[in-house]
Amino acid sequence: MSDFEPKIIAMVCNWCTYTAADLAGTSRLTYPSNIRIVRLMCTGMIDAKYILKAFLDGADGVFIGGCHPGDCHYINGNLKAVKRITGVGKLLEQFGFDPARLKLQWIGASEGPEFQRHMTEFVAAIQAMGPNPARDCMIL
Amino acid sequence: MKYEKPSIGVYVCHCGMNISPKVDVENVVAFAETLDHVTVARDYKFMCSSPGQEFIIKDIREKGLNRIIVASCSPRMHEQTFRKACEQAGINPHYFQMANIREQISWVTKDSAEATAKARDQVAAAVARAVYHAPLTSREIKVKKSVVVIGGGIAGIQAALTAAEAGYEVHIVEREPSIGGHMAKFDKTFPTLDCAACIMTPKMVEVAQHKNITLHTYSEVDSVEGFVGNFKVCIRHNPRYVDASKCTGCGICTTKCPSKVLSEFDQRLTHRKTVYSPFPQAIPNTPVIDRDHCIYFTKGKCRACKKFCEAGAIDFNQQEEVIEIAAGSIIVATGFKAFDPTPLSQYGYGRYPEVYTSLEFERLNNATGPTAGKLLMKNGKPPEKVAIIHCVGSRDSRYHPYCSRVCCMYSMKFAHLVREKTGAEVWEFYIDIRSPGKLYEEFYNRIQEEGVHMIRGRVAEVTDIPETKKDEGRLTVVAENTLTRRVLRVPVDMVLLGVGLEPADGSDAVGRMLGVQRDADGWFNELHAKLAPVKTAMNGIFLAGCCQGPKDIPDTVAQASAAAGEAVSLLAKGTVRTLAEISYIDPDLCSGCKTCIEVCPYTAISFDESRRVAVVNEALCKGCGSCAAACPSSAAGIRHFTDRQIMEEMEAILL
Repeated sequence: MSDFEPKIIAMVCNWCTYTAADLAGTSRLTYPSNIRIVRLMCTGMIDAKYILKAFLDGADGVFIGGCHPGDCHYINGNLKAVKRITGVGKLLEQFGFDPARLKLQWIGASEGPEFQRHMTEFVAAIQAMGPNPARDCMIL
Repeated sequence: MKYEKPSIGVYVCHCGMNISPKVDVENVVAFAETLDHVTVARDYKFMCSSPGQEFIIKDIREKGLNRIIVASCSPRMHEQTFRKACEQAGINPHYFQMANIREQISWVTKDSAEATAKARDQVAAAVARAVYHAPLTSREIKVKKSVVVIGGGIAGIQAALTAAEAGYEVHIVEREPSIGGHMAKFDKTFPTLDCAACIMTPKMVEVAQHKNITLHTYSEVDSVEGFVGNFKVCIRHNPRYVDASKCTGCGICTTKCPSKVLSEFDQRLTHRKTVYSPFPQAIPNTPVIDRDHCIYFTKGKCRACKKFCEAGAIDFNQQEEVIEIAAGSIIVATGFKAFDPTPLSQYGYGRYPEVYTSLEFERLNNATGPTAGKLLMKNGKPPEKVAIIHCVGSRDSRYHPYCSRVCCMYSMKFAHLVREKTGAEVWEFYIDIRSPGKLYEEFYNRIQEEGVHMIRGRVAEVTDIPETKKDEGRLTVVAENTLTRRVLRVPVDMVLLGVGLEPADGSDAVGRMLGVQRDADGWFNELHAKLAPVKTAMNGIFLAGCCQGPKDIPDTVAQASAAAGEAVSLLAKGTVRTLAEISYIDPDLCSGCKTCIEVCPYTAISFDESRRVAVVNEALCKGCGSCAAACPSSAAGIRHFTDRQIMEEMEAILL
């Protein structure tokens, strides 16, 4: 499985994790290229259907990055995200889908090195899990 | 709205050598040409330059493009630039979309082929989403012609004076009983050695007398609501128990007060009364009763101050008061706190009485300080030998990794003052001397000529165990001189710790209240380190002074003037544009379940009883999308971040 190159959707909030991703760039911190960033204004706007859609379309992993609790640009959008994403994780599990393919992580605007580390670790974890099973067995 | 068939232009930037050659730009352009609705795809060295923008404008006009994609840097950098170009060419700015192939691809990817593949995906995603972009408009609203400055140190004072001089109403909020901040505690300022009080107090007086400035001392900001141009700032006035409108500032209450506590202003080196003004030049000069220590408040008796106050200004029943200020912009000037060296037990602070922090030394050396400016040890004698230790708490991975910028210079200032006042021998222990500034290096040379011993080496310990009997009762500083590679044991009478700077207490709460991010060390983040050093990610909120990072007085004053300039430039225009990327609720789909009303953090959604649907108040909505994600019938959505746009973006990446 070592040459498996997963495709990972990272839905990140504009204020913290997207900024951290930019900071990782300006600091030239390299990480695997498997990440495809989708910029959203807040993790609180992530509808459950976005995550399901990503998996149904064949994403091997979905990473969600937002502000640390208390730092949300919109007061508490990230806390709403925790609840929703935990729920989606349970739903995935009930369908026999490994919920570890979905990860929520707080990465603050100044945490460029943390962004690099989480990207590297998540890509490695997904690589170990292998391709998204929905790719082969789901009929859409 | 008439349906227009999308006609997309894709522009891939080389950014000099920053994107190309890591990303194969020609390959991305060739790929973009194959995408649906793409009419033209080009590459250029610098898309953000004037000729780069001209390409876009020309193509829009000549080829009738109605969607523009630029694949270049982060939208945080140039989204506005290209939106303006689109507007100039006559299409709605929200028909523009950016693909970030520099910060998030070329700079972070090792392999060129992988970087190119990723860039193709991100361009495809941008194209797919742009097909579903809608023209958005924002409204112009009037701004309140006033500024709230949080913090009354030199930064806040300078910012307030600059804005007030321009004719705007300014409110300074200071939590201490007087404005002045740290600078009011200093004796001399480097490198010119002019007296801090002589340059500070006239400014403080100017603030107090300025017709456009309102002072809120002994007060704190309770809450901030609203948005750029229209902030609603609630300020809590803590009770002083002295009626400022009656008080004449005669000071009889302080003289008669029988109770004493350690003075915070004098770094606990001396005492103050329980009813007190922190220092003689305090502005305002209305004293404050320290409720926690007042005999009347703790034991129910005394009232000496009330008895002697001829003006009848003492009012034990005064209550806290919250007032609301409408402000167009906010300047944060919350400053710093000196590092507490107690955890560095090897330096003996708190254990040996003759070990002082720099702020304690400032007071000790100050004419209004505990020794009336005479440099004396606790035994009343002047020191004969003084050691100064640099970088205490700074440049140290256990405490603060950063350089505090001011310690080298103030330590050398101390050396000069000690030599001047007592003639004592001075030993400075430094890691590196950082003296970048006008006349700073010259000052370094000057103190060396004055006979100060400069030792390059970090101090291992300060101990009271002497090497020889004759030094008993003195302190011994142990350090390696890294230039001669010899270990030194220097007996001294007094040790001064050059402590670093850290963010002021409570700056985390201020940051949260304002929505301004802080960096890993706790300093407030500016919008851009080079191009927007006093702006923040929150429109209308600006930074001045040390709250953004350690800096000396000249830099603080410069930055404070800049922050006031930015604030004034915003207010002078008179209007701001509202957000376009906000929520809408489709009344045809809304089932009236009110879920969105519950999740909205800004109470921007109300319920229209007659139509039985939820309605968005566009002036209050900030576009967080809580309603969109929670709506069970997909009636709520965020403009520019619609379900369709996000789904298309992901589909283009994945399928």
